[in-house]
Amino acid sequence: MPDFGGNAAGLIIDDRESGIFRVHRSAFIDDDILKLERERIFDKSWLFAGHISEFPKPGDFITRNVGGRPIILVTSDDGEIRALMNTCRHRGNLVCREHKGSNAEVFRCFYHGWIYNTRGELKGIPGEEAYSEAFDRESLGLEPAPKMHNHRGCIFISFDPDMEDFESYMGPDALMVIDNTLNLGDMEFVEGHFKYSMRANWKLLVENSMDGYHAAFTHERFFTHWLPSMGLGGGGGPMTPQPTPPNDGKRRGAQPMGNGHVTTAWPTSDRPISGQASYLEKFAGAELEQFREGLVKKHGDENARMIEGRAGNYLIFPNLLIIDGWCVFRTFYPTSPDYMEISGWAAMPKEDSPGLRKARLDWYLGFQGPGGFATPDDVEGLEGCQMGFATHKEVEWSDISRGMKGNTKGGPTELQMRVFWREWEARLTTGQHAEYTGD
Amino acid sequence: MATATLNREQVTVTRQEIEEWLYAEAEMLDTWNLNEWLALFDEERGSFYIPATDAPYSDHNTALFLIADDMPKLKSRVAQLLSGVTWAENPQSRTRHMISNVRIKGWEDDMLIVKANFVVYRMRFQNIDPYIGEYTYKLLPRNGSFKIAERRAILDLEALRPHGKVSFIV
Ligand code: FES
Ligand SMILES: [Fe+2]
Repeated sequence: MPDFGGNAAGLIIDDRESGIFRVHRSAFIDDDILKLERERIFDKSWLFAGHISEFPKPGDFITRNVGGRPIILVTSDDGEIRALMNTCRHRGNLVCREHKGSNAEVFRCFYHGWIYNTRGELKGIPGEEAYSEAFDRESLGLEPAPKMHNHRGCIFISFDPDMEDFESYMGPDALMVIDNTLNLGDMEFVEGHFKYSMRANWKLLVENSMDGYHAAFTHERFFTHWLPSMGLGGGGGPMTPQPTPPNDGKRRGAQPMGNGHVTTAWPTSDRPISGQASYLEKFAGAELEQFREGLVKKHGDENARMIEGRAGNYLIFPNLLIIDGWCVFRTFYPTSPDYMEISGWAAMPKEDSPGLRKARLDWYLGFQGPGGFATPDDVEGLEGCQMGFATHKEVEWSDISRGMKGNTKGGPTELQMRVFWREWEARLTTGQHAEYTGD
Repeated sequence: MATATLNREQVTVTRQEIEEWLYAEAEMLDTWNLNEWLALFDEERGSFYIPATDAPYSDHNTALFLIADDMPKLKSRVAQLLSGVTWAENPQSRTRHMISNVRIKGWEDDMLIVKANFVVYRMRFQNIDPYIGEYTYKLLPRNGSFKIAERRAILDLEALRPHGKVSFIV
């Protein structure tokens, strides 16, 4: 085994000439690697924190962990959105201990009664006379996250004060794809937040969330039971050879989007009708027609088809996965090399009629979430990988070579995962974005 | 209320009858007799819900649920669980449904409302994951027994951590 000594160099074999890509399994189990990932990836990226629809009005707030920190997301009394570190400037207690609330006027730390307003300013200190002249109340407000950006209602934060700006971090491709997702309507996070976990390394879920190859096998029951029971499908599934797309120079299929972002399918106006669309047509057909009319009116025919066609599954590096065909937003954070906490939401358009919304939720639950007809088997598979990694001294490498050298035969590629791993390696070794974004 | 009487249909139900019925159901689940369990549901009205852990009293028409099965979905769920290709339950986990604090709450139209506390242990790969919460049943008296119009399991867990999934029938 190579001696890594807390260094990521050598953990990846990227032999583009022969078409071999391998990842050393210590990357999934090593505490030193996780420490490096925290310092060089999670502390130096834009991390998804939440959606404005979760705390829309002044005085509304949510609390959650982002990048390992307790954070308050609040719409303050001045109407500004703020991301505040949830720790009292006195001696540390969480100042807000609810998951969610509205009409908050202040955050009061119960430990010694310090009071902050919804902008985070320190407004009340019991027995303030006890402090010296040098004590500066003004400077002791709740600390904001070093960087925050609101992209059309999606709140991202960064713990790096020198973080490059959000637009340049995303780049034009990732911005185009996330905007295509958000163009479906006035988007909201539906009530109900899937908080779950896996006894597995976080990078396994990055891979899995973009893995076209596993679908036919891991999710056999979705294709052989669930879809037919709804009168859909016909048993094809993802390993069925797809018709060759027209050679018109348009981008299609899996696409690197720069800076480690990558999608399994670039949205096009000609995409064959998606699973979601077939389901909605069948169970809320008339309402879907009406919804489509609104979309066409707003975006034009071609763009409307592209929006409805969706992208595939895409990664905003390092840990936001958007599963476009099901309206899933998913993020996760490792608390140890072999365990992660996961959050999943449904992002759906407010324009939905009640029947269309119900159909979207049914489609979502037919696959997604800890009680869905697919996600539990992903959890099972990844936990199995993690158990298998106990053999990493004898069985050192995982293989991610599918589809290298432009090979499109034999079904889905693993390009998406290579794009992720190349960025991962670059961040851990040079601290820069990966240069190579080929296959 | 230890007993409930529905005058219109002259049905009297005792807590002991309900408890015995619940224990029989639990046995079906713990022995993976899922087809027998499925037959407990009313063909038309049968449903099974588990709300998300952060929205326990929400409506499945507008909120994201962990499970929101009507009869076609529930039938598919059971068929999937018995198919051998639901990998999260193949090999099958060991489960133990513990039921207590059974309360007959009264009638809602033709349905008897019953609440009970539960702890369901799921054992697999030497992990023991407890699912803790409260059941609400809406039961239709039929032929001296009951058919389920609605079975709702509200989890007290703040998150499915470390459980990670609800791959079996809680
Ligand atoms: S720690 Fe908050 S008031 Fe003392
Ligand atoms: Fe999957």
